Amino acid sequence: MLIKFFIKPRKGVLDPQGRAVTENLRSLGFSDVKDVKVGKYIEVYVQNTDREKAVEEAKQMAKKALVNEIIEDYEFEIVED
Amino acid sequence: MKFGVAVYPGSNCDYDTYRVLRDVLDQEVHLIDYRTADLSGFDCVVLPGGFSFGDYLRPGTLAAHTPLTGAVKEFADKGGLVIGICNGFQILTEAHLLPGALMPNVHGKFVCKHQYLRVESTDNPFTNQCEEGQILKIPIAHHDGNYFVDDETLTKMEENGQIILRYCDEYGNITEKANPNGSIKNIAGITNERKNVFGLMPHPERAAESILGTEDGLYILRSILESYS
Repeated sequence: MLIKFFIKPRKGVLDPQGRAVTENLRSLGFSDVKDVKVGKYIEVYVQNTDREKAVEEAKQMAKKALVNEIIEDYEFEIVED
Repeated sequence: MKFGVAVYPGSNCDYDTYRVLRDVLDQEVHLIDYRTADLSGFDCVVLPGGFSFGDYLRPGTLAAHTPLTGAVKEFADKGGLVIGICNGFQILTEAHLLPGALMPNVHGKFVCKHQYLRVESTDNPFTNQCEEGQILKIPIAHHDGNYFVDDETLTKMEENGQIILRYCDEYGNITEKANPNGSIKNIAGITNERKNVFGLMPHPERAAESILGTEDGLYILRSILESYS
């Protein structure tokens, strides 16, 4: 199975990359751009086929390594690979 | 005093630190490979600057999960002295040996310059040779030095004297202009609650010989020696 992690700067934490990209998009004429968040996308392939187990594993992976919850928010989804 | 300097893949201030401890301060010092899990016999461990593991994932994250950093946690739990400089500070926050996190600089740029710092607290093993309010001039060189911590923890740290250094101007004023990276409350260096683990973004090892323009880093390194003796 494949665990897809979507990680972005936590709400309220300043995102310098997002701010720079916001300004860039506006300068290209996309004047309706309100805000941009630049984050990370991580794919983790696991041998396990038990979805419940994968959910638990994903949470532990996020907590222990993939995400710093002081400054980042995340979501994940699990799909058959 | 017996010092260990950690060497992770991508550390690049390891030998500078080693040289200053050995040749300027005349101490016994050993480089320690990141796969080592034994720190017995050491009095102080230095996590040096650099880009351990290429800053992959987040600066300091992968280094925080190595056998050596595991041993550093045990060493600190027993009261051993640990100092993390720049990337070493990032490793210590990622390893949860210090509170908070280091985010990318607010302006998105790498910053490399001499920086004035105000000593906020001296009741610890790392600035006991300084006067409170003393201004130090020590270089900084980083892309991710923007310190962040939640308000509740910050208040506790301030009450407990864990804020050790703040970025200031040459007169000691703590201003937004003097803040090189956007750190909350201009914070440049902190300790843990027990005050045996110190993390700072500035590089004292690059300010330890007059030929380099400032020797103010020696106040910090000599404090460690003083606390041991």
